[in-house]
This record gives sequence, C-alpha cells and structure tokens, in this order.
Amino acid sequence: MSAWVTGIGLFLIVGIAWFFWGPKGSGTKAEMTASGYQVQTVKVKGAYSPDTVIVQAGKPVRLEFIREDRSPCSEMVIFNDFQKSVTLPYGEKTVVELLPQKPGTYPFTCQMGMYKGKLVVKE
Amino acid sequence: MDTQKMSHASSCHGQGSTHPMHHHAASHDHGEEGRMAAATMAKKKDDPAETSPEEEEYHSLMRKWWFAFAISIPTILVSYPNFIPGIRDILPAGSSLLWWSRVIVGLLNLVVLAYSGNQFFIGFWEGLKHRQANMHTLIAIGVSAAWIYSGVALLWPDLFPSKEMSEIYYDVTSVVTALVVLGLAMEIRARGRSSEAIKKLIGLQPKTAKVIRSGQEVEIPIEEITVGDVIIVRPGEKIALDGIVLEGSSSVDESMLTGESLPVQKEPGQEVFGGTLNKTGSFKFKVTKEQGETALANIVEMVKQAQASRIPVQKVVDQVSSIFTPTVIILAILGYILWYNFGPEPSAMYALIVAVTTLIIACPCALGMATPMSLTTGIGKGAENGILIRSGEALQVAKELNTVVLDKTGTITEGKPSLTDVVPTGGLSRNEILRIAASIEQGSEHPLAGAIVEGAKKEGISLAEVTDFNAIPGHGVEGIIDGKRVVFGNIRLLQEEGIPYEHLQELALRLSDEGKTPMFLAVQGEMVGIVAVADTVKEDSKEAIQQMKKMGLEVVMITGDNERTAQAIAKQVGIDRVFANVLPQDKAHHVHQLQSEGKKVAMVGDGINDAPALTQADVGIAIGTGTDVAIEASDITLMRGSLTGVVLAIQISRATMKNVYQNLFGAFIYNTIGIPIALGLLYPLFGILLSPLIAAAAMAFSSVTVISNANRLRKFKPKKI
Repeated sequence: MSAWVTGIGLFLIVGIAWFFWGPKGSGTKAEMTASGYQVQTVKVKGAYSPDTVIVQAGKPVRLEFIREDRSPCSEMVIFNDFQKSVTLPYGEKTVVELLPQKPGTYPFTCQMGMYKGKLVVKE
Repeated sequence: MDTQKMSHASSCHGQGSTHPMHHHAASHDHGEEGRMAAATMAKKKDDPAETSPEEEEYHSLMRKWWFAFAISIPTILVSYPNFIPGIRDILPAGSSLLWWSRVIVGLLNLVVLAYSGNQFFIGFWEGLKHRQANMHTLIAIGVSAAWIYSGVALLWPDLFPSKEMSEIYYDVTSVVTALVVLGLAMEIRARGRSSEAIKKLIGLQPKTAKVIRSGQEVEIPIEEITVGDVIIVRPGEKIALDGIVLEGSSSVDESMLTGESLPVQKEPGQEVFGGTLNKTGSFKFKVTKEQGETALANIVEMVKQAQASRIPVQKVVDQVSSIFTPTVIILAILGYILWYNFGPEPSAMYALIVAVTTLIIACPCALGMATPMSLTTGIGKGAENGILIRSGEALQVAKELNTVVLDKTGTITEGKPSLTDVVPTGGLSRNEILRIAASIEQGSEHPLAGAIVEGAKKEGISLAEVTDFNAIPGHGVEGIIDGKRVVFGNIRLLQEEGIPYEHLQELALRLSDEGKTPMFLAVQGEMVGIVAVADTVKEDSKEAIQQMKKMGLEVVMITGDNERTAQAIAKQVGIDRVFANVLPQDKAHHVHQLQSEGKKVAMVGDGINDAPALTQADVGIAIGTGTDVAIEASDITLMRGSLTGVVLAIQISRATMKNVYQNLFGAFIYNTIGIPIALGLLYPLFGILLSPLIAAAAMAFSSVTVISNANRLRKFKPKKI
C-alpha cells in the first residue's frame, strides 16, 4: 500500500511539473487585417485565451481583451516591456495597441501575475 | 529607470510618442472601433445608477458566504457530535442516524462547492486548459480533496486500515469555502477604498455646463461641448472644462488640482481648469480642451497609470508567483507521501490534513496584492495633495534619496524678479540709464529683462528704438540705441568686451550680498551704470528647506546667478552647498557630478528649461502649474508652487515604501512560515500541526490584513518635522 501511495505521488509530482512547466503549444497567430493591424481577441476568464499570441515585428498589434471574469484579480492587464497597463472593464471589449519592434517574447500578466500570457514577436 | 528616463528626455523635445501616456492616447486614436469602445466605457463609468461589476461581485460573494456559513453549522455538528453536549445523545457514535445525517451533510456540501465555491472550480478549469495554475487552483484542489476523502470514508470505511482514518472532513469543505469567499468579499470592499482618490478626481468634473449657442444660454452635457464653445460660470458652480477667460473675473478654488487652499484670481486671458470651483464672481470662458483632454483628465489618466505600474522590488514577487502554485501542489503531494509513510497512526488521516492545509495556506493572494495595494493608496494620497507621482518606480527611488538639488529661480524664489536699484556710475542720469537698459532689454526673453522693462514702465519712462539687437546667452545683450553701441549684462560680458569695470566691483559685490543680481550697462565701451534686480524668496521656502535637512537630506542650490547673489539667497534659506554661474545646459552635468559622488539625487525645477537636469536626476521633481510640458518632463510633478510639496512628496514616498515592505514582509513571512508549519515541520518537535480550518481563516484574513495595512496609508498626514 505504502509503495503504491509513494509511487502514485511521485508520478503525480513529475506529471504536475511537466504539465505546468513543460513545453507548451505554439500559440495563436494574430490575424492580419486590411488596415495593416495584427488583430487578436483575447478572452479573460480564469486565464487568457489564447495565452500565446504570435505576431510579426514592426507591425502594429491590436489585442482586443474581453473580460468575462468577475474576480477583481483580472481587472488589469500589464505589459511590462511596453510600460503599459490597461484596466479591463467587465464584459466589454478593451483595445490594447502595441508596436513591438524587436523579435522576442513579451509576457503580459494580471496585476498579481497569476494570469499569464505572452506575445511572441517573430521576424 | 533608464528607458523611462529616455522617454522623458524625448518628450521634452516635443516628441512624446515613446511615453506610455501617448501610447494610451494613441490607442483611442486609431480606428472607429477603439473610439467607440472608449466612449461606451466613459459613459458607463459616469452612470451612477448602474451598479459596478465590483459591487455585483461583492453582493454575489456575500450571498455565497451566507450559504456556506449556514451549511457549516450542521456540518460541524455531525462532524464532531462527541464534542458537543446534547448532540452527543441525539447522534451517538456508530448510529445509523449519524451515518444518514452525514450523508445528507455531504450532499449539502456538494451544493456548497457547486454554488459558493463555483468560482474556484471555474478558475481552476480555465487555468488547467491553458496549463496554468492560479490562485483558484490550490483552493479547488484543497476543498475537493477534503470532500472526496470524506465521501469515500463514509461509503466505504472498510477501505481504510483503521476506524479513526475513516473520519469525515466535510467541515473543511464548507468552512474553508465560507472563509475564503468572505475573504474575497472583504478584499473587494477594501480595494474599492484604496482607489477612492481617483474616484474623487473623476467625480470632480460636472456632467453639464451652460453654453452660449446661437445667442442663447443652454445647459448641455459636457460630451457635446466642443473646443471654441463659450461657457458661462456663476458663483458656486464648478468649471466644466479647460479654457481661457473671455470676460468677467472671479476667484477660483483650484485646491482639487493643486492642493493649494487659497483661491486664485482669474481675469480675462487667464486659464481656468475643468473640475475647479468658481467662488465669487461670474465669468465667461472659451473652451480650449474637450472632455478627456483636460488637465484633470490627464491627471486622472496619469494617476491610474502610475497606480498600475510596478516597482523594482516587486520583480522578486513576480518571479515567486510565477512558479508558486505548482510548487505548492508538489510540496503538498510530497507532504502526503512522507506523512503516509513515516507519520504516526492514523497516517493516511494525517497525510490528508497536511496536504490539504498546505494547499490552502499557501494561496499567494496576500503576496500578490502587497505592493499594488500600497502603491494605489500612496499614489492616490499624493494626487489628493497636488503631488503627481508618475510611476511606482519614482516612489521607490524617492524613498532612497539623500540629496535634493533646488533650482533657484522659480523654485526657491518666486521666479518673478523686480527692479531694485539703478546706480549711475558715469555721466548719465538715473532715468537715462533705466531708459537705455529697459530699451535694450525689450527684445530679450530673459526673466530679468522683463523686470527691468516693467520697472521702467512703472516710472513712466518711454523706451527708445533698438537696432542690431543680439542676445548673448549666459552673458547679456547688445544693440544700437540712438546711434550708440550699448552692451548690457554680467561681468563675463564686460570681460569679453574688454570694458574696464574694476572700480565698480565693490558696489556690485555689495548688491550681490543683498541677494540682488547686478547688471552692467556700457555705452560706447564706457561703463555708465549698474542696474540691479532681485527675485523674492517664496514665503515657505526656508521652512521647507529646514524640513528637508531634518529629514536627513543634503540640500544643494543650482543657479545661473553669480556666486555672491547665489550665496546671499542660499544664506537666507539655509542652504550650505551652492552651484552658481551654471549655464542652463550644464545643470544636468552638475547633477551627474553629485551622482558620481555616490548620491541619490532629486532635482527640483520648473520643468521646462530644467528638463535635461530633471531627466539626469534619480528623481526629477517638476514644480508645474498643471501644464503638459511640466508633467511630461518629471517623475514627480508638484501641482502647487511651494517647496513644501517636495517635503510632502518624499514623506509620501517613504510612508508608501514602508507600507510596501510591511506588506511584503507580512505576506512572505506568512507563506514561508505557514507552509512549513502546514507540512508538519513542527510536529516532531512540538506536536504542532495546523488544522485546515485555521489555515483557511489565516489565508482569507492575510489578504484582508494586507489591504487594511495599505488602507492605513489613506490616513497619512504630512508631518511637521
């Protein structure tokens, strides 16, 4: 019995570590509009979905956040690298515009850093 | 700091596009959709009849709390019947009545999970879909583990090696849910209070204004008012938008913007600001800024941005919280394994308690909220006092300052010099000297020039025409008057021109010692006289400087004035270290010099010509009048002219940062001590093991403690030192 508990426990630990920290899917590519914007809707509900948005460098990005999460933790989205933080009113579309110049990965989070997303900028 | 500094620097040169404020403004400029979204946002916020999502969430959480609380009572009764007199007899151990009542309570607890605890599971599931763990994850796992374990113990007690192990833990399910939900509700309440300052600011702007449209006075909502409209303001009314007075005069209470309690006299041609209160007279003004572009709107936007900004100390917290939740889950499982294998009997029970307690006590809400809460309150407090703190980082740096560099003109002094002495030293009369000096200065934009021209006008002297006028920066002016070459300026100018001045040095020194600025007038290469002007020291400069010194700050004065004048003013206000004869472009260099002495330097200036020095300093403090340029160039902007604002800004920074550290300490200690205790580290030594109920209460109230501590900042009162 004890070996079972230990075995299952260790298996769970490895599983959890892989699940949360292991390599993840590639993310969603933002749609290029006729006006030259790369647009992506991001739903805020317990997490950002999609949580990884892929865009091209040097072209303006418009992220449309829709907050469907009442918990106050989600009321703000922060783009640290862009020195930008935006309040997301509940149930409304809030537009965040960015102009990423350099390729790289730019995380965005809620105020507490519990909701995590990233903007992957490619050449 | 560097990137921010750079963006400040660039905005000083009129290219403010790298600044976050401009980004934000830009986000409303592009596209119809963005504009409409912004418009609906503004309308919803202004409508007081509509309850805010926060308010709704609060009421919904309170309903959930009452339900979970109600179910907790029978749950505790059937969980511990042996300990409760009366119940002991009705539900004896081992009876089928007890078993059935436990089954019913178990089902009721499922309702508690589904209703009161639903947000934990939704959040847990949504996070899971993105392979992210959030604050809901821990609680969801904790309470459901307790519920499932209890269900198994109730239905299949034979699965457990001993009878004691087949205990039920429904009390953990409902009480933990109740406490956490109550904690969240209290958190919303307290959060609302911490951003009260900003709500007050938004509430300042009136909803309507009386506008003259085709000769008629009509009251219309301010969204419909455009630039160029003429608004009528009567005594006791609030001024709706920014504009310029056309006719009438009045005194206006601008304390909401500047923190200055004395009303300001407004005459035609002067600026008025939206949100301020008209006191005595009636006047008409022309609108120059639409809603959303007023000084008040800018301030509100800036304060919001600053409140949401992060401070360097928080980077640690960010890193911790990003790996925190999965780590805690892993620790909980490890705890379970260890207790199961090595713990005392009934080991499975202890293992469960340890795992559930660890999950519940570890919720990092308090940690995550520690800095944002204090920042919001501290920055709001600043705004209330007419101090605009541009970023959280400015607050953190301001706390570490040990040197304050004060620009003399306009900062220590009023910045409006006036004519004091006209001393003939050659063949010309006093009036003739004043006439020539004032005439040559007509074309100059130097503040000292204005004082001389003003002085001549007061004495009724008519000015002569000047040709070949030329201003020599840092030296003076030259030109031709009545066919004669005139030079007017400081000693450096005379030296360059090769005009003998030595016989006047003593006189000039005496004037300088009185805090006056002497300027030499030479006609055709001959000294004819000295004209002196002086700038008066602001009423409370001396006191403010004394306070800065008492706060342990070294105060340094920087000025373009000559050494003697500078020293005289410095003596008046009690400053020991003076940089005199500094050209405007060299101010930044002097700030840098202080920094290379290892000092953390604040530069205080009027925000326009001091911009490079403000940018160079660790904290640039602009004494502004609510103008965009002043705000843009600084880390902290003082809306009122007085130097006491600097003292207050540093006091607020210190108080806020102290509050941040208290919160962080509390939250860190709580998690770093709480988790090991929950894991049972103290058990082998002292037999102490945390109950999941205490963990839940501690978790819920740690958030509340952090928020209440941040709210203590609201009571911050400037101290007289």
